Amino acid sequence: MRAHGIGIHRCTKETRRRRTTMESQLGLIDQSFDDQYSTWVREALDELPDNFTITDPCISGHPIIFASRGFLKMSGYSKDEVIGRNGRIFQGPNTNRKSVMEIREAIREERTIQITLLNYRKDGMPFWMLFHLSPVFSKEDGRVIHFVAVQVPISRKWRSFGIGFGRNGGNSVEDESRLRGVVFGSCRREVCADSMAELACVQVLDAYVELDRGLDIEESCVASDLEKQKAETAIDSILSVLTHHSGLTGRLVCGKRCSLAGKGLLGSSLNISLGRIKQSFVLTDPHFSDMPIVYASDAFLRLTGYARHEVLGRNCRFLNGPDTDAEAIFHIRDSIRTEQTCTVRILNYRKDKSSFWNLLHISPVRNASGKIAFYVGVQIEEGCKNEGDQGLSPKMRQLGAVGAVKVAVRTLSMGAGSSKS
Amino acid sequence: MLRIKRVPTVVSNYQKEGLEEGCGRNCLRKCCIQGAKLPLYTFKRMGNLVYEKDLIGDEKRVPPVSFLDSLLLGEWEDRMQRGLFRYDVTVCETKVIPGEYGFIAQLNEGRHLKKRPTEFRVDKVLQSFDENKFNFTKVGKEEVLFQFEESKDDEVQFFPNAPIDIDNSPSVVAINVSPIEYGHVLLIPRILECLPQRIDHESFLLALYMTTEAGSPYFRLGYNSLGAFATINHLHFQAYYLAVPFPVEKAPTQKITTLGVGVKISELLNYPVRGLVFEGGNTLQDLSNAVSDSCICLQDNNIPYNVLISDSGKRIFLFPQCYAEKQALGEVNAELLDTQVNPAVWEISGHMVLKRKKDYEEASEENAWRLLAEVSLSEERFQEVKALIFGAIESSNEEADGTPKCPKELGAMSKITHPTAVPGKQECLVLH
Repeated sequence: MRAHGIGIHRCTKETRRRRTTMESQLGLIDQSFDDQYSTWVREALDELPDNFTITDPCISGHPIIFASRGFLKMSGYSKDEVIGRNGRIFQGPNTNRKSVMEIREAIREERTIQITLLNYRKDGMPFWMLFHLSPVFSKEDGRVIHFVAVQVPISRKWRSFGIGFGRNGGNSVEDESRLRGVVFGSCRREVCADSMAELACVQVLDAYVELDRGLDIEESCVASDLEKQKAETAIDSILSVLTHHSGLTGRLVCGKRCSLAGKGLLGSSLNISLGRIKQSFVLTDPHFSDMPIVYASDAFLRLTGYARHEVLGRNCRFLNGPDTDAEAIFHIRDSIRTEQTCTVRILNYRKDKSSFWNLLHISPVRNASGKIAFYVGVQIEEGCKNEGDQGLSPKMRQLGAVGAVKVAVRTLSMGAGSSKS
Repeated sequence: MLRIKRVPTVVSNYQKEGLEEGCGRNCLRKCCIQGAKLPLYTFKRMGNLVYEKDLIGDEKRVPPVSFLDSLLLGEWEDRMQRGLFRYDVTVCETKVIPGEYGFIAQLNEGRHLKKRPTEFRVDKVLQSFDENKFNFTKVGKEEVLFQFEESKDDEVQFFPNAPIDIDNSPSVVAINVSPIEYGHVLLIPRILECLPQRIDHESFLLALYMTTEAGSPYFRLGYNSLGAFATINHLHFQAYYLAVPFPVEKAPTQKITTLGVGVKISELLNYPVRGLVFEGGNTLQDLSNAVSDSCICLQDNNIPYNVLISDSGKRIFLFPQCYAEKQALGEVNAELLDTQVNPAVWEISGHMVLKRKKDYEEASEENAWRLLAEVSLSEERFQEVKALIFGAIESSNEEADGTPKCPKELGAMSKITHPTAVPGKQECLVLH
């Protein structure tokens, strides 16, 4: 009995694949900024004192693409440990699951949310903060380009002597003031007479002192009006930096959705879900003339050699070429006309004109109304060494992709108030 | 003896009454199972923290569609294309009802057959397995997607074509041919052992592992006890994907206590059905045992219940219920009965499958609430049941410590007066 063990491949293929994925992801992250904003945006963001992160829902994994200095200090991570990761790495055992769900839903519905949340530093210390998330919309077509998340540590009053900090349960005021002194010391070394930074230090310290070991962490936490104000102000300054720098590239963004989502474009929640599917596939929209591609996975772009903007809005026929069998094309067209699934073996061409045999599987995809919303086409390059071999047959992986797309499209179109998907 | 009449949900294409023997249909009984093979997925047993799974490897981002998801969805889509389902669920209109909680309604006329209703006994939660009735060894092998087992090698593995070990019955995942949603499957622990529909520690842990392996908070597992609308008396759980929050997941909760093993138990507030929520735990097993101890207690006390495992195994809801009993005693409003909604775990969680267009069009948060309120135990009764559960959890925790076992007076009690339960403390509950 031979195992196509995921474990067996771990040392060689997996590491290589992961390294390539990370490299290409960092490339995508740089692009995420460069496409939208002028070159100085990172410097401008670095000048802001607030704790915040910026994420890109269009990159698979919805990763963090920017983390402010304040955020890194607050969380104890270095920049490299945070960029490319998803915000869930800051969650831990006592993070309220319901709050996590609410944040997830706000992202899905592309709206603002302000909520208190327990996060964890790199060293494992939990702390309460006010989490304020805001979408950034493209002015041009109204789609969500980025999310900005501001984190304001919540400072609380000193409790009675009985509360200790750290794992030893040492309970004296002397311990506490000693720690305070240490924190102040290191703060002062880094920042001179910056009252804002000092305040931040005190707040962070207060947040730590309130923490206990494990089980006694408070169930919930209320942010003060001052903290809420801080969050709002921070969001405003960040958005104004982003708006200013997007003006310089001509691709304006704004904090509120200004126009309806463009022709056939998918909402960010569907984008995020589809981004999780690793296979090469496209989504086409039969409701627009000439059935344009409205989504193309990263794997599709890698397979065909095109950039995303070169394929969105076009019909798939650009993949056909001189030796493509007319019968295969006819079969595809006929299946779509009769709303059936089909599998064909068709000769396709990459951007560089090289050809490959494409085991193409096409299926109608319905949304919550029960009607066909899209067609999904999943490509398999015949004879290709299976990337990240998982032991599933190519056919099974193809069908798995179809299933994942169907789940995403159906359920993400159900919500009252969910964006166009 | 209390019974109700209803049309059972058809979960397998072979679920007919009066089945011919000696099949030749490629089922899972002795007649066909020799030499049969199925894909096998083995999961790695988790170490300490429940969060260990999240920290493995570099995948600290929203993980890609997990391997188990690909396998399950791929096999499911394959069966779809082979026409094994009674209808295409993606053709069924579905919506989130506007309101605070966002109840989910689906118009599905095909799910409930126009058949002659069968009688179900609803006053016994524990009933012994009956070979003559339908059970999952009688399904066709094509309805089974894969075997789901714990790995022997401490890592996740997949075997595309593994023989079925008849002596060590595997657990399997099969399709539900009347799906509520895309990907609706049945998890059948140790299928060949023909266990009756009752929860035990090992099976519940297996169910919990399935949700953690799937890695999507939108893949949820549910369980219905007998008397709480389980149709088949052969141990099984159900699961499917729905990428919106369930109303019950949005309900506020109030913490009751945290057990010594780190499991936090809360009570649902402001939700039509009263229930408990289990979270945390130093290990996955601790969380699992806290819930299965509670379920076993309810079973032993003949209280029907439903369980929902959500948030990738991080939150588990337990709902004791009494709707079937009320129905049998004629205490349910006729209007509600007409909707033919049997409030099992999915309905209680907020996903209502409606048979009539009128009900679908008029679906409102108010209506849903009203129906579900009928399912709930009364406040008084719920408090009694809660005390029972805590008694069971406490005494089982003590046994683990090696201290003397609590006198099990919880057994065949029907009336409980003034229980002296002190949740959260290591004291023994003694009921008089």
